[in-house]
Order: sequence, then C-alpha cells, then structure tokens
Amino acid sequence: MRPFTYTRAENLGEAVAALAANPQARVLAGGTNLVDLMKYDVEHPAAIIDINRLPLKEIEELPDGSLRIGALVSNSAVAYDARVAERYPLLASAILAGASPQLRNAATTGGNLLQRTRCYYFYDPSTPCNKREPGSGCAAIGGVNRIHAILGASEHCIATHPSDMCVALAALAATVEVEGPDGRRDIPFADFHRLPGDHPEHDNTLKHGEIVVAVRLEGNHFAAHHSYLKLRDRLSYAFALVSVAAALDIADGMIVDLRVALGGVAHKPWRDTLAEAEFAGQPATRETFAAVADRLLAGAEGQGDNDFKIPMAKKAIVRALSQAAEGTPQVQSEKQLR
Amino acid sequence: MQNEKNIIGFPLPRIDGPLKVTGTAPYAAEYDEPGMLVGHAFYATIASGRITSIDTSAAENFPGVVKVYTHQNRPATASSDDAWKDEVALPGHPFRPLENDRILYDGQPIALVIAESFEAARDAADLIRVDYEAEEPHTDIEVEQAKSYPPPVPRKEAFLPSDPRGDADGAYAAAPHKISAEYVQAGEHHNPMELFGTTVIRAEDGSLTVYDKTQGSQNSQGYVCGIFGLKPETVRVINAYVGGAFGSGLRPKHQLFFAVMASLDLKRSVKVEMSRREMFYLTWRPPTVQRMLVAADANGRLMSIRHHAVQTTSLYEDYQENVVNWSGLAYKCDNVTLSYELAKMTVSTPGDMRAPGAATGFLALESAIDELSYEVGMDPLEFRIANFVDYDQNDDLQLTSKALDLCYRQGAERFGWSKRSPLPASMRDGQDLVGWGVATGVWEATLSPAEAKVRLFPDGSITVAAAASDIGTGTYTILAQIAAQGLGQTADRVSVLIGDSSLAKTAVEGGSWTAASSGSAVQAGCFEIRKTLLSLAQKLDSSPLAGASVEDLAIRDNRLVLDRNDQVGLSIADILGSQGMSSVEGHGKVAPDEEQAKKFVSYTHSAIFTEVKIDAELGVPRVTRVVIAVAAGTIINPKTARSQVLGGVVMGLGMALHEESMIDHRSGRIMNHNLAEYHVPAHADVQDIEVIFVEEEDDKASPIGVKGLGEIGIVAVGAAVANAIYHATGTRHRHFPITIDKIMEGLPN
Amino acid sequence: MDIATADTQPKNRVALTINGNRQDLEIHPWVTLLDLLRGPLHLTGTKKGCDHGQCGACTVLVDGERVNSCLKFAVTLDGAEITTIEGLGTPDDMHAMQKAFVEHDAYQCGYCTPGQICSAVGLLAEGRAKSREEIREMMSGNICRCGAYVNIADAIEDVMGHGSDASQKEAAE
Repeated sequence: MRPFTYTRAENLGEAVAALAANPQARVLAGGTNLVDLMKYDVEHPAAIIDINRLPLKEIEELPDGSLRIGALVSNSAVAYDARVAERYPLLASAILAGASPQLRNAATTGGNLLQRTRCYYFYDPSTPCNKREPGSGCAAIGGVNRIHAILGASEHCIATHPSDMCVALAALAATVEVEGPDGRRDIPFADFHRLPGDHPEHDNTLKHGEIVVAVRLEGNHFAAHHSYLKLRDRLSYAFALVSVAAALDIADGMIVDLRVALGGVAHKPWRDTLAEAEFAGQPATRETFAAVADRLLAGAEGQGDNDFKIPMAKKAIVRALSQAAEGTPQVQSEKQLR
Repeated sequence: MQNEKNIIGFPLPRIDGPLKVTGTAPYAAEYDEPGMLVGHAFYATIASGRITSIDTSAAENFPGVVKVYTHQNRPATASSDDAWKDEVALPGHPFRPLENDRILYDGQPIALVIAESFEAARDAADLIRVDYEAEEPHTDIEVEQAKSYPPPVPRKEAFLPSDPRGDADGAYAAAPHKISAEYVQAGEHHNPMELFGTTVIRAEDGSLTVYDKTQGSQNSQGYVCGIFGLKPETVRVINAYVGGAFGSGLRPKHQLFFAVMASLDLKRSVKVEMSRREMFYLTWRPPTVQRMLVAADANGRLMSIRHHAVQTTSLYEDYQENVVNWSGLAYKCDNVTLSYELAKMTVSTPGDMRAPGAATGFLALESAIDELSYEVGMDPLEFRIANFVDYDQNDDLQLTSKALDLCYRQGAERFGWSKRSPLPASMRDGQDLVGWGVATGVWEATLSPAEAKVRLFPDGSITVAAAASDIGTGTYTILAQIAAQGLGQTADRVSVLIGDSSLAKTAVEGGSWTAASSGSAVQAGCFEIRKTLLSLAQKLDSSPLAGASVEDLAIRDNRLVLDRNDQVGLSIADILGSQGMSSVEGHGKVAPDEEQAKKFVSYTHSAIFTEVKIDAELGVPRVTRVVIAVAAGTIINPKTARSQVLGGVVMGLGMALHEESMIDHRSGRIMNHNLAEYHVPAHADVQDIEVIFVEEEDDKASPIGVKGLGEIGIVAVGAAVANAIYHATGTRHRHFPITIDKIMEGLPN
Repeated sequence: MDIATADTQPKNRVALTINGNRQDLEIHPWVTLLDLLRGPLHLTGTKKGCDHGQCGACTVLVDGERVNSCLKFAVTLDGAEITTIEGLGTPDDMHAMQKAFVEHDAYQCGYCTPGQICSAVGLLAEGRAKSREEIREMMSGNICRCGAYVNIADAIEDVMGHGSDASQKEAAE
C-alpha cells in the first residue's frame, strides 16, 4: 500500500470538489474492494476521500412510485428492505447471492457498482494488464482464463465484472444518479458500465470527479416472475462463473416483457434489449427460453479455459427463465436448484 | 465409571477450548514487546532465471524502515547443506533464502524489509524494483512427466515401490475384465488459517525466545542453531498454539529464517508474518499423474494391479511420497507391479499435505477399483469386500489389526447402501441426479520416538511436559486424559505443557503419530511414577504394599493401592512425605519396536460412503451425505477424534471438487494465490457428515492401542466423491478437482 | 494514545469504543482496524487469515454488525462501537456462543474461531437464519480450514435454542 492523505467529506459538494481537484484521489465508502486493491498495490491513490458520513443512506419512495436507494445504503440493508423485497425481489436475491454477510454489511450500493474485475492478472501488478496499466498487454488472453469473458471482450481485455447486484440492476433497468463538478446527471444502467474496447482501463462511464449518489428503480411488473441463478466453483462465498438475472412479465402464458441479464460473462452485466424484444408475444415455455439463450449467446467466444461458460450460460438462462415463469425463484440459501 | 472420571474414552471438551474461544490463546505472531521490529518479505515474480539488479533504495528511504536485506547483503550463514537440513529434510539441497541471484520458483522470497511497524514494512516492500533475466519455466506435470526419473536417493526406504510380485502384465492380458486409465490431480495448497509467522524476542544476553508456527519446536530450534551456529541453550522455540498446518509446518519456513537472521543482525526483537499470498509460494501437495491398469476375473477377483505415478518436485530437492504402495496392500492380488517417478519443475519443493501419498494414491486406486467393479458387474462395495486381504502382501507381514470389514458393514448399514440402485444415472430426486459412492482408505499407523515428563504432586495434581505440538488435533486434551487415567485422577487435575523446545524430546507432529507416540510416552511416565512410588512405599516399615509388584497397583483417590483390593495401600502424600519429597516425576520414553516390526505392520482403515446430488441440467454438485467408518484402535477422546475425521473429510471434499493451484504455464506462476480464487470448502459446501469408530483392539500398534486419526479422514474422500459422481451421471471423471464445468459437460442427455 | 512510529507522516485522530472502553487514538490513515487491534491495542483475539476479506477470521462487530476488520481503515470508524472476541467473554466467564463452541468442539486449531464466534453472534442478532441450511449459508463468510463446519452449525443451533437432531443425539450419548 502507498501512503495517502485522508479527508473525511462532510457534504457532497465538498467531496465532489476534493475528488475533482485531484486526479490521484479516490472515494472511499465501504472499502471492501478499494482497500483490498490498495493492499495488493493495484490501486494506489494519493488521496482518500471518505464519504461515509454523507447523507446518502436512505431508501426513499419517490412520487412517481420509483424507489431511490442512496449510494451509501449497505448491500445488506438493500437486500433486507421490505420495499425492495416486495417490489424488486430479484435485486434482493442477487445481492444475497454475492460475497458474505460481513462483506454485504460493509459494502455499499455505490461501491458495488464500482467493483473492479477479479481477473487474476489485474490483481497481480507484476503481470501485464491493460486495465491496470494501459498498453502493457493482456496476460489473461492465452493464460489462466477460467473466470473470463465470453461476450463483448476485446483483444485488449477479457475481464468480467464481478458484481451480482449489478446483474439484477441491469435486468431491472435501473438509473444511476451521479453528482459531479457540473452538477447532477442520470445514467441509464446499461450505459453505466462499458465494454473494454480499446480502453479497458475504464470500467464505466463515470467521469473523474463524479460520485454515485443513488440508484433509482422504476415500478415494474416482474415481482411475480423472476429468478437470480448463480453458478460458481463452490456453493457460497465465490464469484460467479455465470449468473443470470431473469425477469418476466407474463399474461395468459405469453411473454409481455422479458429481461435477461448475465453476470460473469462480460466486462459489464450483459444485456441485449434488442434480442429480448424479439420474444415478446411468444409463449413462456422452455422452447422459447432455449431460443432466448441461443440468441443471447450467439456471439459468444471462449478463451480456452472458459469455453464451458457458453453452454453453461445457455443452460442457466433456460433454467432461470423457467424458474421465473413458474414463480419459483432460486432462494440463495437453498443449494438445491429449483 | 470411566466417563465420570474424564479419562480415556470420555468425550472431554478440549482443555484449551476456553482460551481458544475467547481469543486468549496466543499464536506465533501474537507475541509482542515494546520496540519490536516487523519484517515483510518481497518475492520473485518470475519462476526461473536470475536477478540482474535489485533496487531497494526507495524502500530503504521509506519512513520507518530500518533495513532491507537481499542476496547482496544477507549476513553469512552456514555453508554446508547438512547444516541447513531440518529433521524431516529431503534428498537434495535445502532452500536458502537470499543465498544468491538465482530464482528457482515463482514467489521465491528475494528481499526482506525490516521496519518499525507492520505497515511501513509492507508498504516499503511495494517500492522494491527488480530486473530479471528470465528462463523458460517448466510447470506442467502433463508435459514434464515425459522427463520423469526414479528418485536416485529415496526419502525413506518405505517409500520405494515394493518389489513386483507375480506377473502383472500376463495376468492383465489374460483377464476378462480390465481397466486402463490415467488420473491427474492438481496441485493444492494447505492454506491453514493462521499465516506463517515468527516472533523472536531477544534477551539482553542475546538469547532468543522464538515463537514459531511449526509442527515441531525442536525441529525449528535445531534448524536455527544449524544455520546460524547458535548453541541450543540460547534458542528456545515455542509453538504453544498452532493455527492449523496439515503438514505445511513440518519443515521450517522462510519467515523463521528471516526473523532470526534480522534479530541476530540488528540485535533487536523481530516479528515476521507472511501474507496469504506468500502462503501459496511454499510447500504444497504436488500435481501428480497416475496410470492404473487393473484386472479381475469373472467372479470379481483381482488378477492384476499396475500402478505408476509421476509426481512433481522442485529443481533443488527430491520430494517423494508413498503413492503407489497402497495399491499392493489394500486388496488381495497376486500380480502387482508398482512404480514411482519424479518430474523436476521450476516450482517450490512440494511437501506433506494431509495423508501425503495416500490421498493421492487412493484417488487413483479407488477410482480404478470402482471402475473395475462396474466392468465386472458387481456392487462396488461387494467387489471391495470380495478382495479383502488380512495381511500386508507387499512385505508379507502380519497386520496388528484390521477391522476394515466392520467399517464396510457398519458404514453401509448406517448409510443405507443396500437401497442403492446399481445402474449409473438411475437414481433421481426431483431435478437432481443422485449418486452413491464408496471407497476404502488406509493410512500407516506409526509410532515415532517420543518422551514425556509426568509429575505427580501429593494433592493429586499432575503436570505433563513434552515438546509435542497441538496443531488443532487435541494433543493437550488427550495427554491430560492419559495422565489422568494413569494416575487415577480426573483430567481437570492435569496441566499439560507442550509446544516448547525446552521440554522432553518429541518428533515433529505429523503422520498421525502424535497421539500414539506422545500418548504412550505419558502412559510410560505414569508407569514410572507408580514404580517409583512403590519402591518408596516398600522402604516404609511394615508397608502394606511390601510384597506387591508394580503391575498389581493402581492409584485411586490419591492413594497407591492394590488394583484388586483398594483397601490395601498408602496415600501418595504419606509416601512422598516419608522421603521428604514434594512430588514425583516419571520420564516416559517410547520408540518403535524393531523386533515387532519384523513380523507386524500397522494401518488405520476407513470405509467412506458418499451421496452426491447433481443438478441434472447444470451440474451443480452437492455432497449431501457422508458416512465414514474408521478403524483406528483405541479412541482416547471421541469428541476430538470425531473432529479430526470430520476435518479430513472436509479437506477431501475440497480435493475432490474445488481445490486447484492454477499455474500459468507460460510464466510458471501461480495465478489464484488467494482465498477468493483458491476455493477451500465453505460452510455451505458441507452438509451431513457422520463418523463411526468401529471397535478395534490393538495391543501392538502402540502401547496405548492408539493408531492415529489425523490423516485417515481424508484418504478415501476424493475417490468416494468421484465414484458417487459416476454413479449419479454415468461419466467417469479422472481429472481432479472435478469442478462444476466438468460435471456439466459429463451429464447424461 | 499516540501510536508511536519514527516517521513523521500525518496522523488522524479517531475515537473508538472498543469492548466498552473509549479509546482516543492518533493513527495513520492506512492502518486497518484489524492491524490496530492486533498491533498497538494488543487485542490479538481478532485474527488475520487473509487480510483481504476472503476468510472472515478478522470478523468483529462494528455498531453491532459483523464486518471484516481487515477491510476497514480504522480512521473511517470514528465514533463507532466495536466488539471483539475479548469483549464477548473471558475464559472464566464465557458468552453462550463461546460455551457452545467448546461443548460442540466447533473448532480445532482455534484460529478462525474468534471470527466464527463474532460472526455467529452477529448472525443471531440479525435473526434471519431459521434453518440449518440458512445458518450454513449465512456463516459462509467464515472459512474453517480444519473443517469444523458441522460442529459450528451444531453450536449455533444450540444457542439459537433448537438443537439439530444430530446434536441432540450426540448430547444424549
């Protein structure tokens, strides 16, 4: 770890100003990823701006019926919030699929969005990594890449986004509220994270100086038909090899609206809204779901060690959509799949 | 009555338990004194080559840093390999930290930062810059096995493959049922929860008290004295509490060397603790490739076994395990050929990890036996029973006992094996495929030389002192129970002092031998006490014990009495008082019985039954039930004994399903060097495990009838899980660990 | 208390209430709660197993909630109440969870144990685990390499007040 200066921000404006003023500054909230990365010398900020005292810890209902989750609300608090559990059970389930109770108690909503990849090479500063050190190369390509991307990767980076929560937020088409030197703006969830392309050093579209202040969720029709299905190398406390956030709006056995977001397969929570739209009006059956899976994975490419993720993702999509259709969402403490 | 007295056979809660659960049991890195310096190692980021330059200037200038050591300024140490060899060293050249510019393996320590705080040492180490001249690494066992060789110097005679018997090739060719298969097991790391750490407290006279994470305080002491030319009386090593080791603490680690080196050089007290990452650059269970050819006749009688193993070792030492000899003794078979070779790689020397050799060998043997049972068309359990053998065919020796038949029977009954549907992929539970698997386990029951000093006081209190270790095994507790039994007391009157090199000589704690060895030494010490007391009592005028012999005696209620009539006797206080003595000591010593070893050999046995449930579509595996029946002679404490076996099973589940140290063979580097990506079993992975200890009396395995339990729990788990997965899915997996992707790809359509 | 080091880098003031005792400290901002406890404060009951939130050995209760102390810079916790294993009980006066761990042999080497116990106390306070399966899931942030999981679940169920069949059977034996 490198020495840094520490500032405790007393209000949002102060935090934004301090962050904007120093390109080497980082915002610290729950710390579950940033402190981890600082200890591995992957992140070495010169200045830490502690935003834990900012008033961003509320979950509020907005007049339009949407729910606004403050950036500092802990993952646990979101997962166990009665309104979230009732209206967005997919989100609650995804959060509970991730990490451990201790980490969920500390980790925040905003921080979860900003989690960095678990790529072995990103985590090891002695190896080339374009995300960590632009231009140095990607050691994961041709290396140990069991946990890497099958969709949307580039020749510069095959890392995946590790969050479970974000997969549900992608499916639910959340909105990210950010505050920056130029004021507040909304970022649609699909536009928040990005694909690696030529600039894998950028995980997302946040500009330096901007701070996530809240995540908003609009009303939805998915509470009855949803499931978060996570597959991993052990039954708990492990990152996803593949995860699926599935949400359906079904009327008379036919799909009104279908959402599928994938975790563990791409640089961002993977969603293809054009593909989803093709299945509106079709019967909510396994046959349809298999077609959805084939469609979503059509462009998938394995890297060797992770080739299995393509069939795994397809099967997981079918299963998660089936669980959603039947109203039997996966319960994260139950290890037998439904 | 035994139960009331908290003695042998009673499930006494650990006597060190209250300290452990309140955080007051101190581990090696938890000792402190004002002004202590802290060290942090810096490690190589290539697997093979040379350091061409190393720049420590930024680290040296970092606030709080006292000194940075590299190969360029390391203080002089002993020059001969012999001086560097610890008591369980291997053939070859022991690794010497900071010896020269040569890099032998990924993560090799190449610098040590000493600072005034942990943070300063850690953070300064990040500023060290190194240039290397890298050479091609060699880390893939499946490639390097082409260059394998029989170890020129055996680690132990017993590890040499047993001589061939019969005609394995001919019998194989002639047999109607045969299996030929290759099994590959990934490298694994022990990952005890406690990080390797050493605290050296330096006294004003220069003597050192060394708190070391080790499985043998006297081994660490000897190692330090050898390297630095110190007199044993100036170095005392303490390992009172050891936060797990599983074999990783048998040989001294570099943090011990570093802490002592810096303490001697700087004349200060020094602490060095590893990071979790460094724990992946140490001793490990070596990647292994095994070839099995097994054959049976039409009735399921084993006709031929050929077992060839190639294991990974380092460039500088020839680590060896007994992988293949199990195949010559587990079942009756008259045609056996066993062979064992090593492949040198640019890796750190492997080391013993829970049931070394057996956990690996049985993975292949018990998978192949299972495959053969299906080939013959017999129930896998019946097949094993049909090939039961009651002597050691490798060396033509009798067994001291073998209640494996009881393990099969009681385990099968508890598990409900008779309800098993024979065909693979024929049992379902909703969406799950269900598979039941069985496997046999064997581990050697050995006695190592051990001593213990037992002291009895007139009030009935007892002390037991030995350099033995408790690495979570329950040594404190069982030694108290044995002493209590031997001196007619309850265990709460016994103070156990262990984990200190200044106490009675004891070998490293390993190989499941501590209970048998140190336990027998304590029992012998108690016998010595009774003998001494009798001779003292017989000096008294008109002693009621005048004509008694020591075999007739017992101690009850603080009295030395005739066992058959405890009205006849004398109080301990009176006996000691008559001689003006305040206590009496017995120095117990045990060693292997060489004469007996010419006729007998001793093993622990297990039969393990597992149920896996596998999602029929996605392949998610769950081990939902395990029943393990163990024959291990006398069980001193059923509570701690059960825990030993549970722990072995859980580690075996990791070996079967999750654990793999993943190497990038381009660079020769381990990439998942953390507990997020190296998956040891978590709570959610472990469901019901039932442990049965079958009755087994054995008066030859050790004087107290104990065979040992540290290893037997893990031996057969990997194969039992693989066999259950086969039964569930119809796909045989021969590459371990059997991760979810492999299972998914092998699901029936 | 000023935690002395030779360097002159700036320190920050932080007030923590640890096991009921208020401590006013001046520390470098890069000192984690775990290293503060184990080092300067000599509260070595909290264990370092990975230092990265991957094992749970460092679990303590911060304002009643279980967290990994290795991932918290102490300076960020100004004003917090922290309970470590030492604050739950002593060898002569153990907390019910500590007693249950001893009774059920819910440990072997003992190194992950303080974290397991703090986590279990946090679990009970949360009140969300109702079944053995839920206990296992919600204790999965605490790795035990000795493999004492079955006994840990027994101990927690015991304190929750409905021992499992297995643990009752064992107790009866």
